Amino acid sequence: MVLPLTNDEIAGIIRAVTENVFSTMLGVQVQPGGMTVHTIMADQTEGVVAFVGFTGNWTGSGSIRCNGQSACIIGGKLLMTDFAEVNEEVLDALGEVANMIIGNFKDEAACKLGPLALSTPTVIHGNSFHTRNWNGQSWITVPFTCEGESFEIKICLVPGNAVREPLRPAGLAVRQ
Amino acid sequence: MALDVLIVDDSAAIRKILLRVLAQTELTIGQIFEAGDGVEALKALEAQKVGLVLSDINMPNMDGLQLLTSVRARPEWNDIPVIMITTEGSQAKVLEAVQMGAQGYVRKPFTAEQIKEKISACLGQPTH
Repeated sequence: MVLPLTNDEIAGIIRAVTENVFSTMLGVQVQPGGMTVHTIMADQTEGVVAFVGFTGNWTGSGSIRCNGQSACIIGGKLLMTDFAEVNEEVLDALGEVANMIIGNFKDEAACKLGPLALSTPTVIHGNSFHTRNWNGQSWITVPFTCEGESFEIKICLVPGNAVREPLRPAGLAVRQ
Repeated sequence: MALDVLIVDDSAAIRKILLRVLAQTELTIGQIFEAGDGVEALKALEAQKVGLVLSDINMPNMDGLQLLTSVRARPEWNDIPVIMITTEGSQAKVLEAVQMGAQGYVRKPFTAEQIKEKISACLGQPTH
């Protein structure tokens, strides 16, 4: 089953919905960078990842990923509050930003992908972790900068009936 | 007469933003109650009837459309205006919510003005 959207089309939707969410809800402009495709997120020494899952004819996930300082700035802009460190409010704000971006992506892509349902967000904050997809499926990644800070939006889509190999490691590993 | 409001969203961030928007209106706001899902919302309504409900759709335990069904099924709550505020922007969802009795529908991301305008239209009085 061939994805009915090209990587460039997916990246274009990511850019449009991310710019809309940040300008409308946070009151800031973001600058998108070039799209990349890869299977493993670069190791992260410290940071936040907020995931939202898709289900339907196509399944997968979308996420926002950034370091703690960027998370504090994004959360602070959304809530009009200054945050010195990542706390529950910042994590909740990042989850909601992911929810809005991925939710709007889902609606914009629906004409090609059909109706999709979303999971509630999952937010991870920690040190020395890396993330990977089941079966080495690829993420389409668009980096952004915003007021000197950076973050990435990632989308992974596979057919909803894709056969999965059993007994492969799950998506998050903590390095020893 | 002061307007009591129930805000239903599993995101504390969105509840905080909506509290701020309500504070910016010229409405006389009484008590504001918060709930993290439809189950908590029904408990809040059992304890205190409100004049307006602002509710998300995608929530754990009981989603916003299930909450709306429960509210419309109770004669004593049937007149409460309910505005859905959600990332669900498909026409099918909007239509479903309106057919189930939602008075308004706002898609996230939203501006404060969009929320105020929708509240104003629901209540039939200016909010700003």
